[in-house]
Amino acid sequence: MDAVTIASIIAAATPLVYAALGETITEKAGIVNLSLDGTLLLSAMVAFATAQTTGSVLLGFAAAAGTSAIVAGIIAFSSIELKLNQIAVGFVLFLLAGDLSSLLGQSFVREPGPSVPPLNIAGLSDIPWFGKVFFSHNLSVYGSMVLIIVTYWYFYRTRAGLELQAVGERPEAAFARGIHVERLRYIYTFVGGAFVGIGGAAFSLDVKFGWSEGHVTNFGWIVLAIVIFGGWHPARAALGCYLFGALQVVALKLQPTFPSFTQVLGIMPFPVMIFMLVAINRPAFRSLGDRLGLFRRFLRAEAPGGLGTIFERG
Amino acid sequence: MLELLDIHKHYGSLRANDGVTIAVERGSIHGILGENGAGKSTLMKVLAGFITADSGEIRLDGESLPTGSTKRSLESGVGLLHQDPLHCMPFSVLDNFMLGRPESFILDHSTAQAELNRLSDEFGFSLDPDVPVRTLTIGERQQLEIVRLLSLGIRVLILDEPTTAISAEQRTSLFATLRTLAGQGMIVLFVSHKLEEVDEICDRVSVLRLGRLVGEAELPVPTERLVEMMFGEMIVQSPRVTAEPGEPVIDLESISLHDRLVTLDDISVKVHTAEVVGLAGLEGSGQQTLLRVAAGLLSPARGSVRIGGETLTGRGYRRHLDAGVHYLPADRLGEGLVEGLTVKEHFALAGIEPQGFLLDWERASSEATARIEEFSVKGTVDSTPESLSGGNQQRLLLAMMPEKISLLVMEHPTRGLDIESAELVWTRLLARRSDRTAILFASADLDELLRYSDRIVVFFAGRILAVLDATETDSEAIGYLIGGKERV
Ligand SMILES: Nc1ncnc2c1ncn2[C@@H]1O[C@H](COP(=O)(O)OP(=O)(O)OP(=O)(O)O)[C@@H](O)[C@H]1O
Ligand SMILES: [Mg+2]
Repeated sequence: MDAVTIASIIAAATPLVYAALGETITEKAGIVNLSLDGTLLLSAMVAFATAQTTGSVLLGFAAAAGTSAIVAGIIAFSSIELKLNQIAVGFVLFLLAGDLSSLLGQSFVREPGPSVPPLNIAGLSDIPWFGKVFFSHNLSVYGSMVLIIVTYWYFYRTRAGLELQAVGERPEAAFARGIHVERLRYIYTFVGGAFVGIGGAAFSLDVKFGWSEGHVTNFGWIVLAIVIFGGWHPARAALGCYLFGALQVVALKLQPTFPSFTQVLGIMPFPVMIFMLVAINRPAFRSLGDRLGLFRRFLRAEAPGGLGTIFERG
Repeated sequence: MLELLDIHKHYGSLRANDGVTIAVERGSIHGILGENGAGKSTLMKVLAGFITADSGEIRLDGESLPTGSTKRSLESGVGLLHQDPLHCMPFSVLDNFMLGRPESFILDHSTAQAELNRLSDEFGFSLDPDVPVRTLTIGERQQLEIVRLLSLGIRVLILDEPTTAISAEQRTSLFATLRTLAGQGMIVLFVSHKLEEVDEICDRVSVLRLGRLVGEAELPVPTERLVEMMFGEMIVQSPRVTAEPGEPVIDLESISLHDRLVTLDDISVKVHTAEVVGLAGLEGSGQQTLLRVAAGLLSPARGSVRIGGETLTGRGYRRHLDAGVHYLPADRLGEGLVEGLTVKEHFALAGIEPQGFLLDWERASSEATARIEEFSVKGTVDSTPESLSGGNQQRLLLAMMPEKISLLVMEHPTRGLDIESAELVWTRLLARRSDRTAILFASADLDELLRYSDRIVVFFAGRILAVLDATETDSEAIGYLIGGKERV
């Protein structure tokens, strides 16, 4: 594949990378944010509206992150304080946030506005092939790459990462060791939610520029699937996003060849992605992980034991 | 000095702790005795901040300890080994060891591993830092917790039934350590219902019954007095009963198999109808592996498994179940019971009489009521397993046994049971001999092996070292064999 195509795949996957890593962080702490599809819509709308009104792309990203973090925070609050079911609350928020984005976004539909400016990294972008693929994007894309590495490092190399995983795996065990289960669940739901919001902004201010009703609908669900099939492992989740990005780019390239199938090609990546994710989660694939020591964690990753549960103290 | 002052903890109408007051001197080992469900674990969890008491105060050296915060309790130097050790099962041993320790922000695995190895060497434990905790035996998990707590530098060490799953040798070394720690001024709280142990290791003992403190004593004290305090009455142990063994029920022939840390090498064991065969050995010497082969959970690499004359080698758990084999695992909450499901639901799922597609709740409920009565489980049909005390979880497992069993395979059947319950359970189990049920079980409790088995098979490092007639041997002889030595 030529460098330009790969570069466009990386760019197309960027919002998904933010959202998938955000959701991975939240779920690792034991909270499911099912509102993703609505949250992405709402934060994309908020990002665009803010950037257009203030003229600042950066403020757009910040507003989106904040909005999405608040939605996620509602789930954390209702689970931790009110002991409500996370799935139910998440679903209601999905509906609510989606509707809210249509309602509040009406005056911004198909308006012009600022977008993330391209930024070639001096020196690196001139390297043949690599420069084109990795270093000729914009800050939003670079940020997502850094996020993959940092999340991986944070999960598996730091004390806080170990505590984060324990809180999601078995909150009682974490609590017995003096770890503030509730506090950490709040923090990581907020942080994860904020990254989901950045993902929304990366759509409306960059990859899928602008706003219209239902602008990024369905992407939230695919992200949730990627997180599950990505085995709650940041690198695997990111890989899932790039796979989906590739499917999107392929579908786009095929459109001129099959003009009458434009509609079908537009939605094709979604079912194809699900099939691929199911395929790589076959037990055979996983048992491979046991044999390859180094990649064991990567291949064997499984759901946090306490995912979606309510932690109750005696 | 550690003081627990008027601790109350109620669960609904149940008084798990009902005004308990205990004082422990620095540098002493203090025993907490009590029958199953007496409230021992509840009191210890309150002390460790794991649960919040309804009222009461805890003072350490005159200073009031905050309650309901594990973090503050740990900072004040109070550490608890839970009766069912709390681990993140998929995490590695090392990760579980490091979790909650004041590690540097960027984890330094090699330093932590050195610390883990140093401490386990000190106690003669062997813990592989890289394997997931899920693959450890309960005994090894307790060892991991003890080592972890000590590495935290705590001043009050609470052990909730720490000896139920470790070998006699490891117990000796644990006791030696506890004495050393007490000598250095540490307060050790030792929860148990094994009177001999309390007698051996503790300086003082407090006895709980039905949530209340019913007595305290300086040790040594005559055992009968402790029993009377614990149960409010004298316990008479019934005389040994035997039955005439008949046909072989299970015939394990030349079983060889590699399982985790142990390799079974050419093991042959037969159990006949109405016969009780006990497996002795250090934790991980192969007896658990053999039990799992007998239950159909593991298939041997070589050798054959015949049950009731039919070859079932490698046919799996389901076939064994159909052949009348019933298996009771050691990990109650992990393998035997489902957290969150009520007792009634357990009976509906896996009751005495198999249920059809549509569940008959009435029957499940009456079955559950009758059975928990029979095995005197302290709880109701609506209790969940996690709300039962450790010993009552075990009784529930036993109460769920189906009627028609040809072979009963059990790991540590009375682990965590007080002597009264253990006696009751074995009476029920041995009564099944009249239906010609055979029993194959492993236990770390030599007295249990001697009292209830007909034959005792001693394992050492995956081999059978001796097969003994239970009436012609004693605990001393078995103790030596377990360590791989003949009596000197
Ligand atoms: N979370 C809970 N909800 C309801 N009841 C509980 C809960 N935890 C404990 N109990 C009840 O409190 C009583 C005391 O339990 P506890 O675990 O302290 O007993 P124990 O002395 O440790 O017994 P054992 O020797 O069997 O471990 C029991 O009757 C138990 O069923
Ligand atoms: Mg207990």
